[in-house]
Amino acid sequence: MSTKTKFELKLGQATREAFGKALAELGRENKNIVACDADLSKSTMITYFAKEFPERFFECGIAESNMVAIGSGLASAGKIPFVSSFSAFVLNKGFEQLRVTAAFPNVNLKVVGTHSGISIGEDGPSQMSIEDISLACSLAGFTVISPADEVSMKALMRAAVEHVGPMFIRAGRVKAPVVYAADQKFEIGKGVQVIDGGDITLIATGLLVAESIRAAEALEAEGVSVRVIDLHTIKPIDRDIIAKAAAETGAIVVSEEHLVDSGLGVRVAQVVAETNPCIMEFLGVNNTYAESGTPDGLLDKYNLVARGVLATARKALARKKK
Amino acid sequence: MLKTSDPAELQLIAKQTRRLIIEMITAAKSGHPGGSLSAVEILVTLYNDVLRHDPANPRWPDRDRFILSKGHACPVLYAVMAQCGYTPVEELKNLRKLGSIYQGHPDVRFIPALEASTGSLGQGLSLGIGMALAARLNQSPSRTYVVLGDGEIQEGQIWEAAMFGAYHHVDNVVAIVDYNKIQLDGFVKDILDLEPLVDKWKSFGWHVIDVDGHSIPALQKAFAEASATKGKPTAIIAQTIKGKGVSFMENNPKYHGVAPTADECTKALQELA
Repeated sequence: MSTKTKFELKLGQATREAFGKALAELGRENKNIVACDADLSKSTMITYFAKEFPERFFECGIAESNMVAIGSGLASAGKIPFVSSFSAFVLNKGFEQLRVTAAFPNVNLKVVGTHSGISIGEDGPSQMSIEDISLACSLAGFTVISPADEVSMKALMRAAVEHVGPMFIRAGRVKAPVVYAADQKFEIGKGVQVIDGGDITLIATGLLVAESIRAAEALEAEGVSVRVIDLHTIKPIDRDIIAKAAAETGAIVVSEEHLVDSGLGVRVAQVVAETNPCIMEFLGVNNTYAESGTPDGLLDKYNLVARGVLATARKALARKKK
Repeated sequence: MLKTSDPAELQLIAKQTRRLIIEMITAAKSGHPGGSLSAVEILVTLYNDVLRHDPANPRWPDRDRFILSKGHACPVLYAVMAQCGYTPVEELKNLRKLGSIYQGHPDVRFIPALEASTGSLGQGLSLGIGMALAARLNQSPSRTYVVLGDGEIQEGQIWEAAMFGAYHHVDNVVAIVDYNKIQLDGFVKDILDLEPLVDKWKSFGWHVIDVDGHSIPALQKAFAEASATKGKPTAIIAQTIKGKGVSFMENNPKYHGVAPTADECTKALQELA
C-alpha cells in the first residue's frame, strides 16, 4: 500500500471493539484461548468473548494484580490467556505481577490495555494511560503492539494468538479512522510504509497514524514528498524500516498519544542514532497530565492532531534546509 | 525418588533435608535458614507422599503442581527436589553462586521443573489458582499446592486471590500458611498481626485446617481432608517454629535471613545427626 492515493480515513470501530470482536472470533477457532476481566468487560469489549464462552471467561472483580497473576498461572499451564482492563489500571496496578509472573519466566500471557492515551476523554487523567508504552516496553521479553485501526487490530490479534510469549496490546476508546484496506497484511515486528516519499518521514502509532497521513497530504499539496510509517509494533522495533527512512529522507518526525520522552519517539531515536543519524522532531504529551474533555477537544488542545504533526514536520524541514 | 506414606521414613528424609539446608546456606554465606527449616515437614510430606509427580517426566500435563510463594525459603525446595531426583544433590553447595541452577530465589529459567519463579511476595496463590483453573478446564485431576509465608500474607494480593478462589469454587487448590510467627524485622504480632488467622480464611470462604506443621501424620491427614473437600478451596494453617530443628535458630528472628557461620554449621549438623 505504498501508492500515493488519497486516504478516505472514514471512522471505523474503536480498536477496543475490534479487539473484543477478534477475540471472540479467535475463541471459536482455538479452545485454548481464555480471558480474564477486572469488572470492565463492557468497556474493554472482552464481553463478546465472555458471552460466547462463559466457561473460558474468569471475572476477577476489581483486583488487577490478582487478575494478571491468575493469567500467568493459566499461561504456565498451557492456556492462551487474554487479561484486559483499562490500560492505566492493568499496567500500573498489575505491573509488578507483569514483571515477576509474566516477563521474568517468559509466559504466554496476552495483556490488553484499552482506553489508552488522552482520548479516553471525559473520565480525565486518573484513567488516561500516557505511560503504558514505556511501562510495557520496560518488561524484558515483552512484545508491544499498538494498532492504528480496526483492520490492523483484527490482523494483529490473530498474530498475537500465534505468537508465543508475553505481549501487551494497546487499544483506544474512540472510533478510529480506517487506514487500511481489509486485505492489508501485517506482521509483528514489521512496520508498514503507508505512503512513500523522499523529503521527510512521519512515523506514528495508534490514532496518530491517521493524523500523520492527513499532515502528509497537506505537505504533499505544497510539493513536499512525505513518507508515512505506521509502527504498530513498538517492541521489537522495526530497525530496518527506520534506518532506511533515516538514510533516504534525512528527517523523521515521531508522533504518539503518550508521554513524549518515554514512548515510541525515544525508541525510534535510539535506532536512528545507532544507524543513520538524521534530523528528528517529536510530538506527544509533554511532561503533564491532561484533563477532562471530549476526546476530539482534548486531542486538539494537546496538539495530537494533523495540525500538530504538520507544525512538528515544518520544524524538521526547516532544520533540514539549514 | 522415595515415595512413602510411612511417617518414620518421611521423618528421616526431613532430617536429611534440614542437613542439606544448613550445608548449602553455610556454603553460600547468605540465604534464609529460618523459614526454610520451618517448612521442611510440609514440603517433604508433599513431595515424598502427597504429590502426583514424576521427576523423570516433569512436564507431565496431569501432574500436581507446587509453588513456593515464599521464594526466599528456596533451600528447602531445592533440597527436597534434589532428593527426588529433579536436580543434582552435589550441586546444592553452589546455592546463590554465579552460574548455579540454585538461584537466590526460584527461577524457572534455571530449573524448568519449578512451576513458578517466585521471590516477590504475594503472587503465588494467584498463580496457583490460574493453574488450578486450567486443570479444571482440562478436566484434569491435577491439584495445585501453594506454600505461603505468614509475613507474606500481609500482601493484599493474597486476599484478592482468597476472594477469587472461594467465589469461583476452586477446590483443586490448597494454600498452606507456614505460620512460624516471625518475619524479617521481628515477630509477626509486633509488625502487622494476622490474628484471628483461621477466622480470616474462614470468612473468605475457605475450608480451614489448623494443624501442627511439624507433625507428618497431621499434615498427611490435612492434605487428605483438603482433597476430599469439594466446592471450596482449602487453607492449611501450619503452626510451625522458625528455625525448627536447630536449637539456637528456633524462634530467633536473627536467622530469618542470616547464614550460619562455619562453627554454627558444625553445631547444627551435630544436632541433626
